Amino acid sequence: MVHPILKLVAQRIALGLVLLWAASVLIFIGTQILPGDVAQSILGQSATPVSLANLRAELGLNDPPLTRYMIWASGVLHGDLGHALTNGQDIADAMGKRLGNTLFLAFWAAVISIPLAVSLGLLAVRYRGRWPDKLISTVTLATVSVPEFLLGYILVYVLSVKFRLLPSLATINDGMSFGDKLYAISLPVLVLVLVVLGHMMRMTRAAILNVMQSPYIETAELKGLRPIAVIARHAFPNAIAPVVNVVMLNLAYLVVGVVVVEVVFVYPGMGQYLVDHVAKRDVPVVQACGLVFAAIYIGLNIVADVVSILANPRLRHPK
Amino acid sequence: MTRIPLAALIGLVLTSTYFLAAVFAGFIAPYGMAEIAGDSWGPWSSTHLLGTDSIGRDLLSRMIYGGRTTIFVATAATILSFSIGCSLGFLAAVKGGWVDQGLSRWVDLMMSIPSLISALVVLSVLPVTLPVLILVMGLLDATRVFRLSRAVAVDITVMDYVEAARLRGERQGWIIFREILPNALSPLVAEMGLRFIFMVLFISTLSFLGLGVQPPLADWGGIVKENKEGIVYGIPAALVPAVAISTLAISVNLVADWILNRTSSLKGGRG
Repeated sequence: MVHPILKLVAQRIALGLVLLWAASVLIFIGTQILPGDVAQSILGQSATPVSLANLRAELGLNDPPLTRYMIWASGVLHGDLGHALTNGQDIADAMGKRLGNTLFLAFWAAVISIPLAVSLGLLAVRYRGRWPDKLISTVTLATVSVPEFLLGYILVYVLSVKFRLLPSLATINDGMSFGDKLYAISLPVLVLVLVVLGHMMRMTRAAILNVMQSPYIETAELKGLRPIAVIARHAFPNAIAPVVNVVMLNLAYLVVGVVVVEVVFVYPGMGQYLVDHVAKRDVPVVQACGLVFAAIYIGLNIVADVVSILANPRLRHPK
Repeated sequence: MTRIPLAALIGLVLTSTYFLAAVFAGFIAPYGMAEIAGDSWGPWSSTHLLGTDSIGRDLLSRMIYGGRTTIFVATAATILSFSIGCSLGFLAAVKGGWVDQGLSRWVDLMMSIPSLISALVVLSVLPVTLPVLILVMGLLDATRVFRLSRAVAVDITVMDYVEAARLRGERQGWIIFREILPNALSPLVAEMGLRFIFMVLFISTLSFLGLGVQPPLADWGGIVKENKEGIVYGIPAALVPAVAISTLAISVNLVADWILNRTSSLKGGRG
């Protein structure tokens, strides 16, 4: 008999794949079958009927939608994302490097924000109701009420214009050393950290507080353990599943935050690429970027589901 | 009539100030929306309280007119998302069965793509005009409202008084609007505040990316975009909308919290 946990995990992954397929259909429908005519929007209102007809033929717009979807989807499965309309570049080539840059940025934001958020959450629980808790809550509330791009400009104004500590533009290239790259992306990383920190810390705090009401916590307190040991040894392990869920949700949120932050700091990543090509109405690029973002987002959600299954001892050791 | 707590009062005053300024923008703004009234990036002075922007328009007037656009778009999109989200959410809860399954799975699918990404994908083919923006934002956000209103309504549909109404032979419409809606109102109103803020942030982000409200119409996100070059020279014009957006966000939150506390019986009575 297959271990029930394997079955559950397999189910989640299968569900994720179905979702990804459906998302690809949705993205395709969103760009192809909506009332706007792609050829018209690329060429503008003043296009001649002949050039419109030519472009439609070139884009394969005269085929039925189902055929077009099949051609696009089979291309994607073979790693061929098509060519950009604006400059004819191969999208997979152009995207590869940018995706790397984006993941580099998101990776460092995650590396800094996750331990920080979890430990701040623990600290807030340890001193709940007292000033450290209130201070942490107020500061994080302030950072989540300001949109990412404004947070970015506020930090640029203070840290790079007034105090001249950090670079205001995050330009990186292959020639730069690792340290230089880190220095270049310090401000965007800081913005992303602040954006996700508030949510992550608040939800961690709530998840641990939830566990703190259990009888075994009272036992641990009564046997004389130090408060921080009670939280770290007894409460935290039992709050892992919700905390991991929170972390994954926020990582998924990072993926979206990255789009805006990259534009603020002129960082050569996926977000900038997507926004540029939306403005140019370059549909194949937008489809490809949308699909990649959706895949990352769905992937992180699957990981969150799987980890919370694995973290549940009742599922790990079935009777 | 109970006393209004201080935090809620501050929230109410600030929120209504913003809304009044939006409604009466044409009367209170010292200059016209697109009127060039001075040098570019002029300092704060008695004639230009917040200085001037990148091409010399009065920033205070731009902010007031911008607030009108931002608040109008956000309000319209919130109303749209609540009308669609609540009706479908209640319908799913009342009907159950395949209607519920179909709608819920569809919403799951819509939510599997981040809404900013969906909006960007859709806006790459649609013309970027105010009605289109409102429609796109409202429809994308209706999914979140659907989830909440369905969850709230599912709890209410199992109540005895709903059962009684059903046995009386009331129609679907009566049950939704006369039985469920009044009882679901308080969490929905609180949520409306949060969704409104989300809409303000959403439209500001889109405008900042150049894919929202188009110039010469002013809006808060657009003002940041127009003045961002000034920041490296130490000109804080682009930061003014930050203050406006965050104070609006916090004050609406305070009001929403108060409404939820006051009316929700789950949170320990009224008062």
